[in-house]
Order: sequence, then structure tokens, then C-alpha cells
Amino acid sequence: MAQFTLPKNSKYTEGKTWPKPVGANNLQEFRIYRWNPDDGANPRIDTYYIDRDDCGPMVLDALLWIKNNVDATLTFRRSCREGICGSCAMNIMGKNTLACTLGIEDCASDSIKIYPLPHMPVLKDLVPDLTSFFAQHASIEPWLQTETAAPETEWRQTPEERSKLDGLYECILCACCTTSCPSYWWNGDRFLGPAALLQAYRWLIDSRDEATGERLDNLHDPFRLYRCHTIMNCANTCPKGLNPAKAIAEVKKMMIARAV
Amino acid sequence: MVDNRYDTSRSMRTPLARAKGLGAAGHGVEHWWLHRMTAVSNIPLIIAFVFIVATLAGSNYAEAIAIVSHPLVAIILILAVLSVTNHMRLGMQLPIEDYIHQKGWLLAATIANNFYAAVIAVACLYAIVKVSLGRIV
Repeated sequence: MAQFTLPKNSKYTEGKTWPKPVGANNLQEFRIYRWNPDDGANPRIDTYYIDRDDCGPMVLDALLWIKNNVDATLTFRRSCREGICGSCAMNIMGKNTLACTLGIEDCASDSIKIYPLPHMPVLKDLVPDLTSFFAQHASIEPWLQTETAAPETEWRQTPEERSKLDGLYECILCACCTTSCPSYWWNGDRFLGPAALLQAYRWLIDSRDEATGERLDNLHDPFRLYRCHTIMNCANTCPKGLNPAKAIAEVKKMMIARAV
Repeated sequence: MVDNRYDTSRSMRTPLARAKGLGAAGHGVEHWWLHRMTAVSNIPLIIAFVFIVATLAGSNYAEAIAIVSHPLVAIILILAVLSVTNHMRLGMQLPIEDYIHQKGWLLAATIANNFYAAVIAVACLYAIVKVSLGRIV
């Protein structure tokens, strides 16, 4: 059956409350999920306080502030700090998003709660194991496939054909959408999930690609594609404002277009 | 509790091999299409069904037999039974596949779902045909 409760070794407990920064006037509380694979203990929720007057405006700034000033063992992924690498995706105040593009102010909470992306194996603290997620992306063969001999210069497409990729190419594979999808939680081993399916559509709709039929064959499966029940969590959570659910609906329409 | 997110057991298989699994089944569009088709056909058929049942409610036994025996009424009832039971069967299959992962239970639930829909359909059709044709003979 689908899991509706956490496994025994994943249930979290109250953790440590770290000392408040000395002499700070503008405190902000954070409650952060901690799990260390080496100590054999269950996950815990630690409480931290940051000095807003000494910290940047974004949630990622707060995490870095904690790592630099309070607890160097706090583990999370980050790189570009401007919403283009997708590394710092995590669950903040119950919503998957990028820590670097979400303002501390916008959380509008006395106690900001941060968890790793839901329903993925956790490697440590806020770092989920995305191996399967990236393998599923690879399985849709996200590159241009052609049989016609490659032209002297570039493959050409009209501005109209190019515009069909808008709203698709911007995906940064942060996994916010896929890990927000209940269908992916229950059937993540067989359902490709919104991110991989949005990428699949990005290549299906590319006017230069010559493998459209093979791509559709590859998706024609009750689990790979049709586990999407248009729950729309993906569109709701996407930090880039994309709509994977619409892309999946377009794939379903293509399936119908060639079958009926 | 079984960890069914994906195969986390010790294995030397590559992540891509696990993601590809047994490959695409090559079906699914028929199920999706028929589910939508029966959703559309359910609309007029259920409206007609409700109207027929409301008419029957105000009738005595002989009048009720006469109404169901009318070819148009009997055909609408038969179509409604076929459309509704198929829609029910197709719809129920989805949560079964969503939530039941243990292969034995999945198979048992799928069989039960199909048998249940078939029994409901055949029982309804038998009743309609018996009442309807009983008048002609």
C-alpha cells in the first residue's frame, strides 16, 4: 500500500535549541529538519535564531548565516543563489521552493519551518537523494534526435516554432514539482513525474526533432504518463512559474491525436 | 512498512536501468480515452435514467412494466448500464493502481473490480431484457 505515515526510523523528534545570537535586536526563529546518517538516531527538528540585521534577505542567506555563525554541521545544497541552478530546492513553510528566491519576509512567520523535499530518501539534513529523479530525466532522452543529415549550420526553426518552447525550456530541474506530486510519492518508481514529463514535452514539441513517434512510444504506459491525475501541485509549487500539468495534458492530447 | 518509493535495496543496477524498468507497456491511451468517452455518454444517459426512475416511482406495477417495456426506454436503460458500469470499472482501476503496490493484492483487486462491474452490468441487463421482452412473448 501507499505510505500514509512515516516509517519508524523516519519519525522526527524535538531537537536542540541553539543559543540566540548575542546582542541581536531583530531575531528570526527557524525550525530545521536535521538527520545524520552516521549517528543512528531518528531525524530531529532543531531550533535556530538568526540576527536579521546581520543577515541577507533570503531564506538561503539565513541558512548560510546559521552555517557560518551557529552550526557548521547544517547540511544543504546551494550554488548560484539566484534561482537558476536548482540546488537549494527544499520544503519551506510547507511548500517546495528555492531557498534563494524566497524572502524571509515573505514567509511571514515567527517560526520558519524548513524540511527536505518530501518523500525522497534523505542523505543528510536538507539534502535528498535525487538519483532516481535524474535517471528518469535521462530516460526521456532529453536531446535533439534527427535522422536527416546535420545541416552545414544550425537546425532552423521559425520564431513561431521556437515560441512553443517558452514555458518549457526554463525548467531548472530543481525537483520541486516532482516531489510535490502525490502520484509520484506513491508510484515514483514507475511514474516519470512532472519535471521529466515537462522535459519530454519540450522535446516532443520541438519542431527540429525527428523522434516524436518514438518519444510518444516511450511514454505510452499507464504508469509513466497516465499516473498524472491533474492534481496540479506541480504548477502550484514551481518556483519558476511553469506549468508541468499543462505540458502533461498536451502530451496526452498528442497521444489522442495519433490514436483517434 | 515497505519502502516503495523506488528500489532502495542493495543492487549494482544503474539508476537508468531502474528508471527504464521493463519499458513502456504500450497501452494506456485507450483506457484514458474510453474513460472520457463514458464520462460524456453518462451525462445524457443518467439524466434520462433519473427521469425514467422518477416516472416509475409514481406508477403502479402494470404501468411500470409497460414503461420499461417501451423499446426506447429499454434501450436507454441498457445504454446507461453499459456506460456507467464501464466508467465505474475504468475509474476504480486508477486508485487501485495508485495505492496498491503488493503484486498479489493488486491482481486480486483488479480481478475483483472487473468481476464486480461485469456482475452489476449483466444483472441489470438481464433484468431490463426480462421485463422488456417478457411483454412481447
